Amino acid sequence: MILGLLGVGYGFMDSHHYETVEDVKELLASESHHGGHATEGHGEAHAEEAQGDSDNESAAHAIDAYADEAHGAEASGHEMSHEEHVLHQIHNRPWSALYVAAFFFFMIALGVLAFYAIQYAAQAGWSPVLFRVMEGITSYVLPGGIIVLLIAFFADSHIFIWMDSDVVAHDELIQGKSGWLNKTGFMIRGLIFLGGWSLYRHFSRKFSVAQDNADDNRNFKKNFRISAAFLVFYIYTESMMSWDWIMSVDPHWFSTLFGWYVFASMFVSGITVIAIVTIYLKSKGLLEFVNDSHIHDLAKFMFGISIFWTYLWFSQFMLIWYSNIPEEVTYFITRIEDYKLPFFGMVAMNFIFPLLLLMNSDYKRINWFVIMAGIVILCGHYVDIFNMIMPATVGDRWFIGIPEIGSILLFGGIFMLIVFWSLGKHPLLAKGNPFIKESEHFHY
Amino acid sequence: MEASKVIHAIYTDDDVLMSAVKKVKAEKHHIEEIYTPFPVHGLDKAMGLAPTRIAITAFMYGCVGLTVAIVMMNFIMIKDWPQDIGGKPSFSYLENMPAFVPIMFELTVFFAAHLMVITFYLRSRMWPFKNAENPDPRTTDDHFLMEIAIHDNEDSLAALLQETGAVEINIVDKDEDAH
Repeated sequence: MILGLLGVGYGFMDSHHYETVEDVKELLASESHHGGHATEGHGEAHAEEAQGDSDNESAAHAIDAYADEAHGAEASGHEMSHEEHVLHQIHNRPWSALYVAAFFFFMIALGVLAFYAIQYAAQAGWSPVLFRVMEGITSYVLPGGIIVLLIAFFADSHIFIWMDSDVVAHDELIQGKSGWLNKTGFMIRGLIFLGGWSLYRHFSRKFSVAQDNADDNRNFKKNFRISAAFLVFYIYTESMMSWDWIMSVDPHWFSTLFGWYVFASMFVSGITVIAIVTIYLKSKGLLEFVNDSHIHDLAKFMFGISIFWTYLWFSQFMLIWYSNIPEEVTYFITRIEDYKLPFFGMVAMNFIFPLLLLMNSDYKRINWFVIMAGIVILCGHYVDIFNMIMPATVGDRWFIGIPEIGSILLFGGIFMLIVFWSLGKHPLLAKGNPFIKESEHFHY
Repeated sequence: MEASKVIHAIYTDDDVLMSAVKKVKAEKHHIEEIYTPFPVHGLDKAMGLAPTRIAITAFMYGCVGLTVAIVMMNFIMIKDWPQDIGGKPSFSYLENMPAFVPIMFELTVFFAAHLMVITFYLRSRMWPFKNAENPDPRTTDDHFLMEIAIHDNEDSLAALLQETGAVEINIVDKDEDAH
């Protein structure tokens, strides 16, 4: 079994190595061009090749459908008037593209970690058969988080305008916030968050593996306790992380439920990835003990949390739309004016689609249905992150083109590599878990 | 139906009842009805009852509720008297939609929930002052009762039921007006 799994992992590694190397080249190429006027023209030529390579990544393709034709015209017209501003936006684009994709995959792993901790803390009886899948996915938390922080560190003012001391010097609003928004603080906080999360991840994995061959439940109890503690830590740090890593791209704007909103996004994409990986491994015959009911439960979570996400999205939007206070509402005005399709498209993808598709109890048991809904949900949440970051960094010069798709492929490849590599390290059934019998016979 | 006689087999345990149902089904007898004091998980499957369609009705009622909300607010706020209330754009439904969403949501839930409950009452014939159709009051406390119609096979049926662990077997004349 382990050998087979390593084979699977290696297959992924193999197919993706090629792509990722290509992608890095593409990314560098597009980065070296920025500033020049020819960026767009050159980019188009590469587009066909890149898409040919990326057949495995259907996720990337669905997003690509959003690309609209109108962009070509823009490239020539825009440079003249406010050249410097636009130049900044062009400079920012590859950075933001990297950051969005890196954060997206990191967020998936973190969402899974939160789900995993909840399953432990709630002593759920259905999910222990999926623990190893979740542990595999959460192995991306540490590398993914480091990648995000590194990108934030090097992108500097390309993404976070408040890291530019010139800007801060002329901006009293940011000056007022500089007690929180300063690069040293950002990095220290980032390391604390990441340290806490990966510490929990490390120990819970360790205890979970140790439980396999233990003759008592000590490891399980330890895991229960640290999970409860982690959840407290997580909900504080997740909230602060969302201010730091996402909300601060618009340093003039603030929203109180933003942390929850980001949480809902990461939670639902995490659960979706659990479902997809589970179905994939099951289709390879590696998870015989997982039955339809487990998939049904995961799909129920996908459905429920999708609606929870919509609830938060709408609450945030409606409260700001309703009161229409200028300092808050600019956030949505830029998004509705420049990002109409992604902004409302993501609501369709993240709400209406799963709502209608996953409402039926029978459909939740059909694997390809869950996969299909899952892919749309994942694309939707990529667009969600895209909508959070891009308007602040590239403004109306957005496009889902090579930098974006390249970054998705790059981090998607790294994600799969790490996840499947980690999945191969231990048996896929956490056999020492006191709930494992119940979970194996779980039936809904 | 010709058969005016039914057999009542009484059980005291839901596990015994479940295996009895399976045995009776295997012998191809038609079970008229089973009375239990609480829901027995899997009983409907064992009896081969068709799944309920009440969730489907609820979905349709929800759609009705959503439509009612939209039509109502479109008429009142946009068509009939489009006032400027606090600067909200009442030029088209879509422009002012976020303000209507809470009502749209609530009415959807309201219609779905209430009409589904009423559907349930109608389909299961429950209303105030309805005569209880209970063959044996003990079935509301701690006994389970299986009712099978008799077609000149009284003895073999009784023997079969006895074998399945029934604690009591009664043959009763069915009062056809009960329904």
